[in-house]
Amino acid sequence: MARKSVSKAHAKIQELSWEPTFVEKDPKYKTDYTFKEGGQKDPMKQVLQSYFPMQEEKDHRVYGAVDAAIRGNMWRQVQPRWMEWQKLFLSIIPFPEISAARAMPLLTEAVPNPEIHNGLAFQMIDEVRHSTIQMNLKREYMRNYIDPAGFDITEKAFSNNYAGTIGRQFGEGFTTGDALTACNIYLQVVAETAFTNTLFVAMPSEAAANGDYLLPTVFLSVQSDESRHMNNGYGTLLMALANDENKDLIERDLIYSIWNQHAVVDAAIGTIIDYGSKDRRKDRDSYAEMWKRWYYDDYYRSYLVPLEKYGLKVPHDVVEDAWRRISDDFYHHHVAQFFATGWPVNYWRIDPMTDEDFEWFENKYPGWYDKFGKWWEHYSSLSEPNGHNPIAFENTGYVYPHRCWSCMVPCLIREDTIMDYVDGQWRTYCHKWCHWQDTVAYREEYKGRPTPAMGKMTGKREWESLYHGWDLADIQHDLGYVRSDGKTLVPQPHVQFEQDKMWTTDHCKGIEFQSPNVLLNEMSDEEREKHMEEYKQGFTINDTL
Amino acid sequence: MSEPGPEGRPILEAAGRPGRSIPQVVLTDAEAGAAEFAGSTSRVFNYFTPQKRRNTTYENVTVDVQPDPERYLTQGWIYSFADGTMGYEADWTRMKSSDWHAYRDPNGEWERTFYRHQTRNVHQVQQTMELARTTNVFADWDEKWLEIFAKHVSTWMHPEHGLGMYVFVRAQREAMTNMHNNAISVMAIHKMRAAQDIALLNLEVSQQLPDKFDESVHQEVWMEDPMWQGVRENVERMFVLGDWAEEVFAANIVFEPLVGELFRSGFVMHAAPLQGDYVTPTVIGLIRTEYERDLNATRDMFTLLVEDEEHGEENKQVMQEWLDKWVPLSIKAAQGLEPIWSEPEVQAMSFEESFGQAKSRFEDILSDLGLQLTEELVQK
Repeated sequence: MARKSVSKAHAKIQELSWEPTFVEKDPKYKTDYTFKEGGQKDPMKQVLQSYFPMQEEKDHRVYGAVDAAIRGNMWRQVQPRWMEWQKLFLSIIPFPEISAARAMPLLTEAVPNPEIHNGLAFQMIDEVRHSTIQMNLKREYMRNYIDPAGFDITEKAFSNNYAGTIGRQFGEGFTTGDALTACNIYLQVVAETAFTNTLFVAMPSEAAANGDYLLPTVFLSVQSDESRHMNNGYGTLLMALANDENKDLIERDLIYSIWNQHAVVDAAIGTIIDYGSKDRRKDRDSYAEMWKRWYYDDYYRSYLVPLEKYGLKVPHDVVEDAWRRISDDFYHHHVAQFFATGWPVNYWRIDPMTDEDFEWFENKYPGWYDKFGKWWEHYSSLSEPNGHNPIAFENTGYVYPHRCWSCMVPCLIREDTIMDYVDGQWRTYCHKWCHWQDTVAYREEYKGRPTPAMGKMTGKREWESLYHGWDLADIQHDLGYVRSDGKTLVPQPHVQFEQDKMWTTDHCKGIEFQSPNVLLNEMSDEEREKHMEEYKQGFTINDTL
Repeated sequence: MSEPGPEGRPILEAAGRPGRSIPQVVLTDAEAGAAEFAGSTSRVFNYFTPQKRRNTTYENVTVDVQPDPERYLTQGWIYSFADGTMGYEADWTRMKSSDWHAYRDPNGEWERTFYRHQTRNVHQVQQTMELARTTNVFADWDEKWLEIFAKHVSTWMHPEHGLGMYVFVRAQREAMTNMHNNAISVMAIHKMRAAQDIALLNLEVSQQLPDKFDESVHQEVWMEDPMWQGVRENVERMFVLGDWAEEVFAANIVFEPLVGELFRSGFVMHAAPLQGDYVTPTVIGLIRTEYERDLNATRDMFTLLVEDEEHGEENKQVMQEWLDKWVPLSIKAAQGLEPIWSEPEVQAMSFEESFGQAKSRFEDILSDLGLQLTEELVQK
């Protein structure tokens, strides 16, 4: 369809909507924001008659690449270190994608602008595309990669794993609570406009460097739909900004969304990009360098800051705090260390770091070796079963962390940890902004105004409390992370494929698993204060085991 | 060339051209079958039971993507609405199921099949329009038909759009499984594309016959013409339902056969060719084809619910209540359209014949579900 025709067609389809007269609108999905009618236009001029042929053409390219990868046997040159992390990433991402589809009626009900509704409908079906195309990619990995275990249980594992739950809020956050908070600010303005750059642009380049050209093919195709979604979000944001009453809520939602997604997405993607790669060229970008480019410069400085002229209160301190955690406080390196500590309850393998990796990390993140080098050496020496326990249960000096009640990533930058008695229990938070999320943002009023539509944080938020006092081997069986012989574990702390180097549940029997939060709540006040004081001081990794 | 490393053998040094840096290509031998160990042949998603002997691609990319505390979601939903309602709740519909996860879309729609079907449909419409434009067939349209097209056929874009945008888009948020919700998403887009097809056909006619065609009268007709107010009321009443299954039922089991198919197949498909119009039946015919697919998906959805060993009888009673509520509205909507049948110069089929066929089809659908109309409804 020619561009001129698309413009005319788009103008024509504005005739489709009408204002109902037989019923009173009563939106099921509530918001505390208020809107005036009309407003923003859709500069993308989306019409289904031009959309479908364009999307089918994209599909031809994707599936052509899938065929080429299979026929050319791409898996002869993919790095197992990389492919293993895809067991985690690709178990998580289809749910946020489909949740984005589910989120669209939150806005069609809340935002009085049929032109934006039209864009939202396109986004809905785009998201169905993304979710199913990603599931199909994962199936191809399962069918063609040397070790399918972990891919084969993918959606079950996503549902019952601590890391899956961390990722799940990047999805549940789109579909619950205040309609504008969830679907506009959390999903469109922050997740899609900011974080799809690291997810869908930075990650593909790393995949290609590790011999995987299917992930770039699929995810760059996905990313090509995102500009339309960003546009939907921008139009709605401008409508919200047109009403001064919304400005405090927008500020609240930007703080929550920017911080929470930093905590969640940077934890996972930072780890996958920096610890899932074998490409250690000095001039390849680290995750921090990618973040600076895609998030700080492209999103924060080029998208958010210019909106200040429309009255947007940009939470500069939150962005700077996130950047500081990545650039100075080794945030995702702590996360990688935690993931590797927890390997016996993962559903993917984690490859030990080598001298070449150490050199690269030290070059990219000066001071890295002093913080993490010794521990990764211990990890490497404990990676094959040889009469010892998994590293979490050996005396390395590492202290198993408390979990953050808000973002559910553990409190890994120990000195930032906040402990508070909230809603009848002692909770821990990884940072003041996560504490703020639970105690200020997710409450029934904000800055003195009632916020009856704001959602609630629910669920069993500390995964470890599900298995407090259990035997580790029983947990592994309960989770289903055991291979077809009934005892070899799905996760391994290495990427070796000889059966005799694989850990089994027999190696994990007799190890008791404990919940830091249960223990914290069992302590006396005095014990608890002392414990937290020591916790915040951190730990020292032993030179020898 | 470098020495073989533990992960494989570099086949190309990362030298590149001067001043450039490229990643190494390394043969890792990480393909399926390169080693045998526990789990090395486990190459099927094994956490759900396929409907038939093997997992289909549709099932692989759809099942369990929306998790459920009743299955594997051990930590439960981690965010809720303000009143504590979780992200997905079974009581968002009055339907009850012993196993929501048993449902499969009989059309097996996932992104690849969906975009393929839709693109084919778009091409079919565009080719027909292009042919009509180049051969100037719009000039042959009977004048009376041109008026009917402007006032009635074009008006049909509104119910299609309303059902797509404000009934199915919302319903796809709410069901208990990804299989339900994806199938409903497809219904939403079917309806919206249908609405846009009609709008663009209207645009095409207005461009070909700028002096003879009132391109926007359909908006006034939709809002004010008594013939259409029953249809509009029927559609608008679906906008404010809080029960996703009732929305799908009211739309696809009641409204579509009694009103949608009555107007599309019972009037337009038969009347248009007799007035020299072969273009409109192509557009409307596609809507009919897509409704058949949507009906298949809907019928399987509700068949599982009426056959549910634990809740089947209760579900049937609720569906009977829904029939009592929606059938009168749809009959009123259908009967309101009756005068349109006598407007064309050349008449194909009487309203009674068309409505008789629509009712017969409707009763067949009910019969498939083991439902029947009350005597009062039969009389209507």
